[in-house]
Amino acid sequence: MAEHALQTHGKSTEKSALPLEYSTEESRLKIFGFWVFLGAEIVLFASLFATYLVLAGRTAGGPTAKELFEVKDFMMETIILLTSSFTCGLGTLALRNRSKGGILFWYIVTLLLGLSFIGLEVTEFIHYVGEGATIQRSAFLSGFFILVGTHGAHVSLGILWMTLILIQLIQRGVTAATARRVFIVGLYWHFLDVVWIFIFTLVYLMGVAY
Amino acid sequence: MGFHLPKNFFVTGEPMIYVADVLSVLTIAGIVFVLTYYKKWKWLWDEWLTTVDHKKIGIMYLISSLLMLFRGGIDGLLMRTQLALPNLHILDAEHYNQIFTAHGTIMIFFMAMPFIFGLMNVAVPLQIGARDVAFPYLNAVSFWLFFAGCMLFNIAFMIGGAPDAGWTNYTPLAGSDLAPGPGINYYLLSLQISGIGSLMTGINFLVTILKMRAPGMTLMRMPMFTWSVLITSIIIIFAFPVLTVALALLTIDRLFGSHFFTIAGGGEPMMWANLFWIWGHPEVYIVVLPAFGIFSEVISTFARKRLFGYGAMVYSMVVISAVSFLTWVHHFFTMGAGPAVNSFFSISTMAIAIPTGVKVFNWLFTLYKGRIEFTTPMLWAVGFIPTFLIGGLTGVMLAVAPADYQYHNSYFLISHFHYVLVGGTVFGCLAGLYYWWPKMFGFKLDERQGKWAFWLFNIGFNVCFFPQYFVGLMGMTRRMYTYPEGLGWTPYNFISTVGAYMMGVGFLIMVYNILYSVRHGERDLTGDIWNGRTLEWSISSPAPHYNFARIPEVDDLDAWWHMKQRKRKQPWELRPLKPIHMPNNSGRPFIMSIWFFIAGFGLVFEWYWMGIIGLLGVLYCMLKRSFEYDDHHYIQVDEIERTESAAGRA
Ligand code: HEM
Ligand SMILES: [Cu+2]
Repeated sequence: MAEHALQTHGKSTEKSALPLEYSTEESRLKIFGFWVFLGAEIVLFASLFATYLVLAGRTAGGPTAKELFEVKDFMMETIILLTSSFTCGLGTLALRNRSKGGILFWYIVTLLLGLSFIGLEVTEFIHYVGEGATIQRSAFLSGFFILVGTHGAHVSLGILWMTLILIQLIQRGVTAATARRVFIVGLYWHFLDVVWIFIFTLVYLMGVAY
Repeated sequence: MGFHLPKNFFVTGEPMIYVADVLSVLTIAGIVFVLTYYKKWKWLWDEWLTTVDHKKIGIMYLISSLLMLFRGGIDGLLMRTQLALPNLHILDAEHYNQIFTAHGTIMIFFMAMPFIFGLMNVAVPLQIGARDVAFPYLNAVSFWLFFAGCMLFNIAFMIGGAPDAGWTNYTPLAGSDLAPGPGINYYLLSLQISGIGSLMTGINFLVTILKMRAPGMTLMRMPMFTWSVLITSIIIIFAFPVLTVALALLTIDRLFGSHFFTIAGGGEPMMWANLFWIWGHPEVYIVVLPAFGIFSEVISTFARKRLFGYGAMVYSMVVISAVSFLTWVHHFFTMGAGPAVNSFFSISTMAIAIPTGVKVFNWLFTLYKGRIEFTTPMLWAVGFIPTFLIGGLTGVMLAVAPADYQYHNSYFLISHFHYVLVGGTVFGCLAGLYYWWPKMFGFKLDERQGKWAFWLFNIGFNVCFFPQYFVGLMGMTRRMYTYPEGLGWTPYNFISTVGAYMMGVGFLIMVYNILYSVRHGERDLTGDIWNGRTLEWSISSPAPHYNFARIPEVDDLDAWWHMKQRKRKQPWELRPLKPIHMPNNSGRPFIMSIWFFIAGFGLVFEWYWMGIIGLLGVLYCMLKRSFEYDDHHYIQVDEIERTESAAGRA
């Protein structure tokens, strides 16, 4: 493959066929590296899911999933997060058109949706804790809070990260380097959405079904 | 919560620890004095602490892991001294527990892994004709995270108290009910910090090997060591996140009272065993496959032959890496998994013997009819074959689930895994160290001393561990701090201890060899002191910081060997030099690791304010990195020309 021949870091070997975020060798390496990192993240979440599923029935006399989860609440969270993934995709599309305004607009919408998702999740957690359903109450709740909380922490970090990158975009415009950063944070965001779909099914839907 | 100093912030009451305290303070004072006296602080900072050069990072890994081999080795000797004769009371039970925990943990995480990482860093980019790893900055972060974790673990026995639940740290023994206090927290947090570094290394090397090979180097033309590192990187990427989760969950159990592993709230202590060994068994291959790679390089170099069965070597590694994820339950056959589960894991474990056997035969066939030269690295490689055979065969014995009820947690097991870990990994690391030493430093380690060290260490090793198979079958269980007379164990134990001391002497000779060879070692003027086969031997020793002035083009396995056979220069060798793009040094990875250390130390004592400060520091470093755009520079052609001609190259 042609890439193999390229040996320097970040040398700008602009190839017209490639999108901007792939235009330097450094960018190609970093994007590929990020995919690999996401592979590791999958294993991380898989371990948390496995742990949760083992512990899901072990409520130790405390509240059960069925008693706690509100269909309306987790549906709201799901819809908001899925929408944010869509708007993030529109942001990437704007990136392909090298439209700084477009990227900013769609990514800010994504950020706002992400923030409201976190807001809802925090409210949900506070509500549970108010009912005595704390992480110390039972193994089921330990598993629940850590699995869903780890996802939430990832989303929060994503919000922070995306903000930083938007600042850089404003400062520097759409360059090969900022394009790559925008693209990678977008990948991350979509990944978190995919994880949420599993949380939605395996934690919430199964929780209210059984 | 809040700030409370534990009763024994500085561990007291144990004379050996006072000695260690004094020695540590003296060592630090000595280092500070020497650096100040010779005005070396700036040099240390500019050349080492901020470096992103993979070769220097590799050397720092090697220095750290040799120090840890020393520390873990002293622990081993202390245990062997305690066990030399019945009813000894040099160590008490509690202290013994701490020592075997420290020994196992240090040897696996802070000796074997970094040793392998060090050799990877030194050799892989050179073997594939690359100028660097894919992510040089990240590489520095990985090293410093390992280092911070290692330091955090090492201060445990002086400040707050050492962990004592074994390197496997089983729950509920390691839970907060049975093990309150900071000891286990040290284990959890230091491994967490260094583990993140290891994961990053795996990602870095996977990308490096897949994307940065010289033109013409297809996957099936890669040197075997590089292949082994590629497979190892994949195992790391799949295994380490599981460890991350296991450590995090137990930390949360201990710090915040959740119930992942406590029976009380419905938790599942076996979950720890499962998560730990889903990571732990592949970990064994993470440290042994690169050693296999090293043996392959060394054996084909010093048999002056192409590696026999190259393709079979590759495929066997792929199979081993896949099956290694399906065997974890063999570590707890006796903990009630049931016959069906045990049978599955018994068979999958034995299955690994097949690809491993393939590799052993390939090494033997490579040796067959070779023009063998017994240099020091070759001695370690050839010495590895019988020890590994013994370790492997006893491993198959252990894999027989019903029989394991007899050997489980006995000295039979201790002997088995030392045969594999020392006879495989440590022999491989030492072979690699002697082999690549001239490439790193431009001179060879003394061969005569090297051979002395090899024979002492190898014989000492067998004298130490072979008797343990027997004493294990006689019923001596692992983690026993003393034993009564009259069981027939005494002669075995005594011989074993004698062997351990022989290994210690072998190690000291190795250290002396390094000091001696700095002044008297044979200088490497050609860059190809062993008459090597792979690309790292095509450039001068030590390698210039940009590695290759011109990127080589490869058309076969053992690329450099073929280049040497051809008299005429290749077109790429005649191309004009071009400026080379290099990453800038950065102090941030080092500083970030200090923040990690602060966070870890705070959480060990459950001082959350300190943990938060540390984590904010980490976050701030990441933020600074995110805003960094100008992080490389060019080396101009005239500078390359000067460097090359200074090294005697046109
Ligand atoms: C260099 C000479 C060495 C000596 C004399 C030595 C000695 C010992 C002894 C006496 C024990 C048993 C403690 C007990 O259960 O009572 C032990 C355990 C162990 N050793 Fe070594 N060892 C050596 C090297 C190594 C190396 C190189 C590794 C790994 C790469 C290693 C890994 C372990 C592990 C994982 C344990 C189990 C610790 C536990 O039970 O938690 N050892 N060693
Ligand atoms: Cu295993």
